[in-house]
Formats: sequence, structure tokens, C-alpha cells
Amino acid sequence: MADRDRILVVGASLAGLRGAEALRRHGHAGPITLVGDEPYPPYDRPPLSKRVLTGEARADRIALPSRPGLDLTWRLGTAAVGLDLAAREVALATGERLPFDRLLIATGTRARPWPNAAEAALAGVHSVRNRDDSERLRGALAAAPRRVLIIGAGFIGCEAASACRSIGLPVTLADPNPTPLASVLGTRIGAAVAAMLREAGVDYRPSTRVEALESDGEGRVRGARLVGGGTVAAPVVIVALGALRNTEWLAGSGLAADAGGVACDGQCRVLDRDGRAVEGIAAAGDVARFPHPLFEDGPVALEHWGHAVAQAEHAARTLLGQAGAPYAEIPAFWSSQFDVNIKSVGLTNGADSVAVTQGDFGARRFVAVYGRNGRTVAAVSFDQTRWLPAYAGRIEARAAFPPILGATDQGRVAPADPGFPASPARG
Amino acid sequence: MRVVVDLNRCQAYAQCCFAAPESFALHGPEVLVYDAAPPPERRREIERAVQACPVRAILLEVEPEEAGSHG
Ligand SMILES: Cc1cc2nc3c(=O)[nH]c(=O)nc-3n(C[C@H](O)[C@H](O)[C@H](O)COP(=O)(O)OP(=O)(O)OC[C@H]3O[C@@H](n4cnc5c(N)ncnc54)[C@H](O)[C@@H]3O)c2cc1C
Ligand code: SF4
Repeated sequence: MADRDRILVVGASLAGLRGAEALRRHGHAGPITLVGDEPYPPYDRPPLSKRVLTGEARADRIALPSRPGLDLTWRLGTAAVGLDLAAREVALATGERLPFDRLLIATGTRARPWPNAAEAALAGVHSVRNRDDSERLRGALAAAPRRVLIIGAGFIGCEAASACRSIGLPVTLADPNPTPLASVLGTRIGAAVAAMLREAGVDYRPSTRVEALESDGEGRVRGARLVGGGTVAAPVVIVALGALRNTEWLAGSGLAADAGGVACDGQCRVLDRDGRAVEGIAAAGDVARFPHPLFEDGPVALEHWGHAVAQAEHAARTLLGQAGAPYAEIPAFWSSQFDVNIKSVGLTNGADSVAVTQGDFGARRFVAVYGRNGRTVAAVSFDQTRWLPAYAGRIEARAAFPPILGATDQGRVAPADPGFPASPARG
Repeated sequence: MRVVVDLNRCQAYAQCCFAAPESFALHGPEVLVYDAAPPPERRREIERAVQACPVRAILLEVEPEEAGSHG
């Protein structure tokens, strides 16, 4: 490609920044422009549901470090609203059209809102995705509300519950599944998280759906009504129902982009509606749906920090014509809650079996390994991170599951049904 | 300064906590918490933490004006 080619990056967060850095590192000397709809330079999201909520970290002090001298042009506070493939232009909300030679799509995800718009608009109803959300919620928590209701026991809901408890706030956490984190860990391992919640004094309500948020009559939320009767009084409600992919701006562009993300091939090149790879346009991070060689059921989209970094690097090399083998970084994430470090490698999706292979499940210091059709597909550690690299190797090698005795510190390895909900329930 | 730690990579070895105790700490056995925006006067110890980390999990950026003032 020509050295002076203009590269445009849409989405100025983790994947966008790391992608731009990789473009420079791999030799692109031409102009790079980043367009981001948030007014802030890229910042780190994981603290938003953890230490920002307790007040130990500040939302305006979590900017991401980056290499100096990158010579990037920033268009912050400006949303992209359309893509014209033929003209190779991105339309901005300001009415401008930015021409490009190469494009990196990194628009990520946003919080799935509470489904009833009028209820979602009540004062006191929060979600946690960006700096402003988290700052606003921190303000509400600092005012010591009588109770906080959290809807959804995924990672963000559980982390928020942990933050609330650590500053002494009464918390109710409601989720339709029988355990927290049921769709990621399964209910067998999710039970360990349920025990953590209860020990920390969270009023955890499994198998509980919230029917409606109730107004105090003056535009503030005063609590929620539960399906099947019962109410929870809470002047602060956190909606933690997962994420929606930011692909609306690509509607009508001819790209295969929808609620499931922007479809890509194994080199992060985006696909058009006919499934053909489009030259010079790549996607990375939370917004990208792509075929992962370790997961044979079809394309996946991963909402993990490490994935955004690694895939942005790969997408940058693709844009520079330097891609080698398809993107195959092993999925990995961490979560911290109640001072326990939960980490995972591989993908639990579709696992048919799980076994504790190291440590002590009851003491919540253990490794659980997931199998599928007799192969090792994922491992999850609770305060046992040092085992994970070894299991990552086993997953990449598609090693046999269950692991042979002697490869673990357990007297007996007892594979069990992981207990994934039939169809992951939300809210 | 800006600091971010790749917590996928971090193995909770706590070397950073010894090198820069005001900026890095472990909560529980493995949860690393850190100051993402430490003041410039901590630069030397943060750089020591970066070097001490056996898995190279700590990324540090020194803002240009700070780099100048420290030579
Ligand atoms: C509260 C929270 C806690 C998390 N904790 C962890 C954790 O502990 N461990 C872990 O592994 N992962 C965690 N994650 C996930 C991790 O932060 C994400 O995977 C990562 O941010 C993805 O980066 P991204 O750049 O792909 O997308 P995003 O960070 O979503 O960035 C996309 C950017 O594009 C912008 N944008 C969207 N549409 C447009 C448009 N049309 N025009 C211009 N700009 C646009 C968005 O506003 C945003 O700034 C957490 C996420 C959140 C929200
Ligand atoms: S030295 Fe590195 S591995 Fe150890 S706790 Fe610090 S960041 Fe983690």
C-alpha cells in the first residue's frame, strides 16, 4: 500500500488506540485519524465497574497510556453516522465526510438499556459502560442510598455489587438464572460466585425477574416490582443486562453488520452482504464477529480487554498488507470482585462438561476446566491464576478432557454437567 | 504518568508492589489494584516496578512535559 494512504479509525477506545499504535509500529507513515463519539481521549473501562464506583479511582484519571510521538489526528466528540463504500468516505454527525484509503472499525458496544424506555429514563436508573455513566453512578452511591438494586448478575452486575458492599451499601442483586454468571461459567461454577455474594451480605435473588421499575411520581425511581409478586425498594437501580454492538452507523453501507456485530474473516477484514471480504477495511474489538479457530460453531464476538488489544494489532497488520496466519489469539479475561481474582482462558461456549482440577472449590481457590466432546476448551481460575498459562497450552493443543489423574492435584477428577442455562436469560 | 496493567498477563507476583508500594497493591491473594495516574515524583519507582514485573504486564506512559522535567 502507498505510504501516504489515509487511514481512518472509527471508535477511539481500546481497540482504536491500540490499532493506531500498531499501524505506526508496523511502518505506516501516512495520516491516521481517529473518530470517537465520546469527548474523552481513550481510557480504560475495567475500573468503571470496580474502583471508580467505590471512589478509590477517579473516572478522569484512567486514561490509557500510549506510545509518545504517534502523530495522530483526533476527532473526539464526533460520531460517525454512515459509511459510503463506493466513495470511501465516512459521514460524521457534523455533516462532514471524511475520505479514507483504509478504515479500521472499532466502535465497540454500549450498555443494553432497560427495555421500558419510560422506566429507563427515571432519575436514579443507571448503567455502566462509559466514564459519564460511572461518574454519575459514583455520585449516587456516595450519597449513601438506602439500598441499591442491581438487575443482572453478569460480570458488571457482580462487580458493581462487590463495589457497593465494600462501601457498606445494602444491595439487592436480581437475575433470572439460578446462579450468577450462569451463561459464562455455567451454574455449577456459578454457585461459587453465589456463595461469595451471600457471604458479602448481598441480598442475592436468583431465578428472579424484574417486571417493572416504579416511579415515585416525581420522575425518580423508587424501586422495582418483581415477576410473581414482591417489590424491592431502592432509590438507585443499576441495569446490567449486557451489551449491544454499535453497528447502526453501518446500516445500508453494504457491509454485513447487524446486532451480532460486524462480520469479518479470519484476518479481520470486514465482509459485505454477499460474504466477500472488502479490501482495506478491517474491524477489531467488541464490535467484531469473526471465526475463531478454537470455536467451531461459527463466528463469535468477544467482549474482552485482551482481545481488543490483540485483534486490533492483527487488524492493523491486515490493513498494511502484512497479515500472516489468521487471528487465533486464545480468548482470555479477568474479573475481580469481593477481592477474588476470577480469570478465564478459552471459550466455555458449548462446553458439555466441567471438572475442578486444582485447589479447593469450597475455599474458592481453584481451577475448573471445561470440556467439549472429550477436548479441553476452557479453564477458569478463582485466585489460582498461575495455573492458567498451562491450561491455555492444553486448550490450544485441544488436549483430551478430562485431564488424566496426576496432571492435577485432586484425589479424584469428577466431570459434571456445567449447567449452562438452555437459553441465557436476561433481566 | 499513565499506567495500565495487562491483568490477563499479571500473575500476582507482587514485585511491582515491592518496587512501588504507593502505586501498586494486592487485595486478597491475587487482585492487583494500582494507581492509573500516579504523580510525576513517583516516576523512578514506577519505572522500577515496570522493570521488576517478571511477565512485563505493566505499561507506562510519561507525558511529554513530565519527561522534560526529569531529563
Ligand atoms: C464497566 C466495564 C468493565 C469491564 N471490565 C473488564 C474486565 O475486568 N476484564 C476484561 O477482560 N474486560 C472488561 N471489560 C471489557 C473491555 O473493556 C472491552 O472489551 C473493551 O473496552 C473493548 O474495546 P473496544 O475498543 O473494542 O470497544 P469500546 O471500549 O466499547 O470502544 C468503542 C468506542 O467507540 C465509540 N463509538 C461507538 N459508536 C461510534 C460511532 N458511530 N462513531 C464514533 N465513535 C463511536 C464508543 O463510544 C467507544 O468510545 C469491561 C467493560 C466495561 C464496560
Ligand atoms: S509484578 Fe507484574 S505480575 Fe507481579 S503483581 Fe505486579 S503486574 Fe502483576
